[in-house]
Amino acid sequence: MSYPMKIRATLSGDKVEVKALIAHEMETGFRKDTAGTLVPAHYIQLVTIQCNGKSVLSAQWGPSVSKNPFLTFRFSGAKKGEKLNITWQDNLGETRSDEVAIT
Amino acid sequence: MHSRRHPIRNAILVIVGFVALAGEVGAADLVAPSVQKTLEASFSAKGQATLARLAQDKTQGLCTHYATSPIPAKVVTEITAMGFATIKYPADGEYLGDWQRGEQIAQSGLGKQSSDDVEKPAGGNCYACHELTKAEIAHGNLGPSLYHYGKLHGDNDVVKKYTWGKIYNAEAFTACSSMPRFGHKGILTAAQMKDLMSLLFDPRSPVNQ
Amino acid sequence: MVYFSKRCAMAILLAWGAVAPLSAAEAVADPLSQYREMLGGDNPADLWVSRGEALWTEPRGPRKATLVQCDLGLGAGVVKGAYARLPRYFSETGAVEDLESRLVSCMVQFQGFKREEILASRFGDGERHSSDLEALVAYVVTASKGERMAVPQNTSQEKRAYSMGKAIFFYRAGTHDFSCATCHSADNKRIRLQALPNLTTPTGAQAAYTTWPAYRVSQGEFRTMEWRLNDCFRQQRLPDLKYGSPAAIALTEYLARNANGAVLAAPAIKR
Repeated sequence: MSYPMKIRATLSGDKVEVKALIAHEMETGFRKDTAGTLVPAHYIQLVTIQCNGKSVLSAQWGPSVSKNPFLTFRFSGAKKGEKLNITWQDNLGETRSDEVAIT
Repeated sequence: MHSRRHPIRNAILVIVGFVALAGEVGAADLVAPSVQKTLEASFSAKGQATLARLAQDKTQGLCTHYATSPIPAKVVTEITAMGFATIKYPADGEYLGDWQRGEQIAQSGLGKQSSDDVEKPAGGNCYACHELTKAEIAHGNLGPSLYHYGKLHGDNDVVKKYTWGKIYNAEAFTACSSMPRFGHKGILTAAQMKDLMSLLFDPRSPVNQ
Repeated sequence: MVYFSKRCAMAILLAWGAVAPLSAAEAVADPLSQYREMLGGDNPADLWVSRGEALWTEPRGPRKATLVQCDLGLGAGVVKGAYARLPRYFSETGAVEDLESRLVSCMVQFQGFKREEILASRFGDGERHSSDLEALVAYVVTASKGERMAVPQNTSQEKRAYSMGKAIFFYRAGTHDFSCATCHSADNKRIRLQALPNLTTPTGAQAAYTTWPAYRVSQGEFRTMEWRLNDCFRQQRLPDLKYGSPAAIALTEYLARNANGAVLAAPAIKR
């Protein structure tokens, strides 16, 4: 079960600033719960971001990235109204995509 | 025995009732029954925190009653006397233990919470409210600084006896103190209190460096 | 908390960035304000808000109904501004309700959910997974962000709840003799390094109440006012405060009413 990301993609000048909040547990596999049992690892391994179907960023993540990660970056070459898509895939094979239009 | 009471006897009963209210006040009389009832309906027992903890002893009742107004001198005397009467001094006459264990007790905030394991020893959580050492900068300020406590107060039995009493039942010295009654309420054992005493008095303790 | 350092290590990925990386010293000095600055008006609580908005409008539960019939005090389905005017008296339940008890009432009444089932996961599973109820709270609270607190005191029930809340605030009990007032009735006090709001003054109550609920960075979770009160009582060594109980609502009434006039800044981002 995954929940929607919150994505903003804003064009200013010739650059699009992307800010994304991603809902994910990002469990390291080393943490124990209150009962003392090891919580199994569960974290995003791959993030791919596409603009109008063209890849603008791909990142390999690991267990050192925090819970509910916040991702921000800028890229150029896009116009208002074009679609920005973020997809993540985690170590349990779960995946999620969300999309916004550039404003 | 008549089934109906005589009017005059009723009047006498009412007067007796008033006298009882004006004299010694029990904890149960101090807080409105509606408050007690609301609390009882609003909590459920969890872990070691049973519903019995909602009931007030007399000191708690008086301190609640006077929480937003000055405590009358007579009540201050009543509370401190009640507190003083509870203090049990060490049976062996020895006030000191191990300051290093004392430091651990002062650091630990565990104990008596619904989420705490009853098998594990409770802490005193002294740092939550007091400065004790210069090494621990994460200390609270609800209570006064105890840095250099032994150095400032001297190494004598009078001050040790007072300090033991203060940890055992702070109400004996300050009516409606914010400080828990560690000995009286069974939060800490006598051995743990001795360790805390050493943390305060031992010349080698970081408190006195 | 064991995993505090990891939770505080805010993940940042700066790619093609003109943004200069922060120096280690700056980040250590006040990681929380750095985090807020990076987010630039965003709040991880938004992740709960979008979830809650969907939960409000989707047909759910055994009755496959939405919550748009739910009256939060401003009429059926009105969400905007409702939280700034709660708790309040609801004639149909004959009780003063806070947002959280009201949401439970509506989920039971309109969607047919079982009260016990909702309450079993009221704070998620306690550490990792949050509940639908929390997401709904995030949605409704956010719809009042920026509004002035205007908690009504028109009925005798609301007035009684206020004085009951005040009495409970000063009620000393338990193994440690703590009341809410032990920690929250003086200015500039701290437990360890955590600053304690003075909830007996208008400024203190306003600053505290208008920044709850909040996203707790150290837990990576959205936490509600009922959670805040429940965890305070746990630390007071008292039993478990029941969700939506008369004491929980009375205390909320006392705090919310004392915060009247202040602008709601919740959900906030907290330690």
